[in-house]
Amino acid sequence: MPKISRGFHALCIASIMTFLLAPVILVFPISFSADAYVAWPPSAWSTRWYVALLHNEEMVTAFRNSLIIAACVTAITLIVAMPAAVALTRWNFLGRDALTSLFTAPLLLPSIVLGLAILVIFAGYGLVGSWPGVIIGHLVITLPYALRVLITGLSTMPAFVEDAAGTLGADPWRVFRRITLPLMTPALVASAALAFIVSFDEVVISLFIAGTQLKLLPVSLYHYVESWTDPLVAAVSALLVLGTLGIVLIVERAIGFGKAVSK
Amino acid sequence: MTVSTVDADARSGGGRLLLTLLLPIIFVNVIAFIAPVANLVAMSFREATATGSMKEGMDLATWSSLVGDAYYWSMLWRTIWIGALITLVTLVLSYPLALFVSRAEKAKALLIVLCISPLLISAVVRTYGWMVILGDQGFLPALLRSFNVTPPRLINSQLGVVIGMTEILMPYMILSLLSGFGKLDTTLEQAAETLGAGPLTVFRRIVLPLSMPGVLLGCLLCFVLAVSSFITPKMLGGGRVALLATEIYDQAIVTLNWPVAACLSVLILIVFGTALLFYGQLSKIVE
Repeated sequence: MPKISRGFHALCIASIMTFLLAPVILVFPISFSADAYVAWPPSAWSTRWYVALLHNEEMVTAFRNSLIIAACVTAITLIVAMPAAVALTRWNFLGRDALTSLFTAPLLLPSIVLGLAILVIFAGYGLVGSWPGVIIGHLVITLPYALRVLITGLSTMPAFVEDAAGTLGADPWRVFRRITLPLMTPALVASAALAFIVSFDEVVISLFIAGTQLKLLPVSLYHYVESWTDPLVAAVSALLVLGTLGIVLIVERAIGFGKAVSK
Repeated sequence: MTVSTVDADARSGGGRLLLTLLLPIIFVNVIAFIAPVANLVAMSFREATATGSMKEGMDLATWSSLVGDAYYWSMLWRTIWIGALITLVTLVLSYPLALFVSRAEKAKALLIVLCISPLLISAVVRTYGWMVILGDQGFLPALLRSFNVTPPRLINSQLGVVIGMTEILMPYMILSLLSGFGKLDTTLEQAAETLGAGPLTVFRRIVLPLSMPGVLLGCLLCFVLAVSSFITPKMLGGGRVALLATEIYDQAIVTLNWPVAACLSVLILIVFGTALLFYGQLSKIVE
């Protein structure tokens, strides 16, 4: 390739990359603005919006609630998805593929439709705005992710190790606990991270079923942006980006994020 | 799959164990997926009264009032063409980037992480980032003004929605394209170049046709996500860009007319189904 066109090519790639990352990067400088509203460039720099965030009761409560919900959802996701993944990979039965597709189907449904559907039925049982209601609503979308990761993990794992342990006299439960579970650790870490992030970030389904009583962070952020234009949300966003980065690094350490997505 | 001990166990009466293992996930799917969706479809055949309660019995009253209303037709078309436009822009921007990433020798893993990781950040946060960039006092208008250019209306407009949605959907497109590029063999391109083909011909005759499956998959994914997304059009459209998904929310939460919201949901599912059919037909042509 000639030099000029090569330079042009590099410039194009860099601009597209900038476009992709711009919104995530720009919340950082704005979060240190000293202005009372979002304006570029900020007239002065300060940490006042981080201080304001600590004193904003709704955001602090919503953050705590979202963490608790995400932790519960992650734990239940693993408890529900793990046996299902074992059943769907280690058993041969009629309708196995159909069941697998059914369990991943909620991901294909637009979340606005799923949210509305859950709202309509949960409203009749008083589950809207309740902790169990929100947890079940989140489970529907975290389970398909976790199930997919776990099934991939289990089916790439050599079954002969389990066979060997069985032949040597270990009962199925012992085989699972001593052989399958340790070998599954990377897939478990990945699906836990995914379930946590999906639940913590879920906004559309939460918007429908969290109601006004149960404050969740993405919902509170959304409502805040609707009525206020100050950089408080930038401070929250910056913290969320850093938190997500932390989780990605943990997963990277555990299994290699790049490897996991490029396959 | 090789026969493992559990398999052998399954045949000798492990059916109950199998059911126990699957029962929790079946339970969650029935109460929070299958029953609600079936109920929602049934809801579209009900009718709301002026007080917000539901009339007895099921008929096509809500459907026929929607079909007869030009407002909903124009909203449907707007949703479809904005979805198609977003898909096209996303493809045009993602293709060169995905090609570059798939050919990168150094730091390929890091580049993939950079392209995909925006997916892990909440749509609210990313859309807020766009409000910071596109807002009247934002980054881009300030930049344009410093070049003495009067900025166009970037926020609370269709332009803003298209820009924001494009960025939100790019990681999905890049992922699909990367899976398609995986099959691309660079020796084919080298052969074509040796035989005298220019770079444009190589791209048009070899790279593009071979990457078509990835392109189609990415377009399907982006289109259905663009048609059904709600947060970004709501935040960047500022209530001025009425799409199917934003209308569903308004009907369900603000107007409290669940039957209309249910009809619009079924309508979105029909758009989805049509897109899937198109995808199936086009994939056949490509192969």
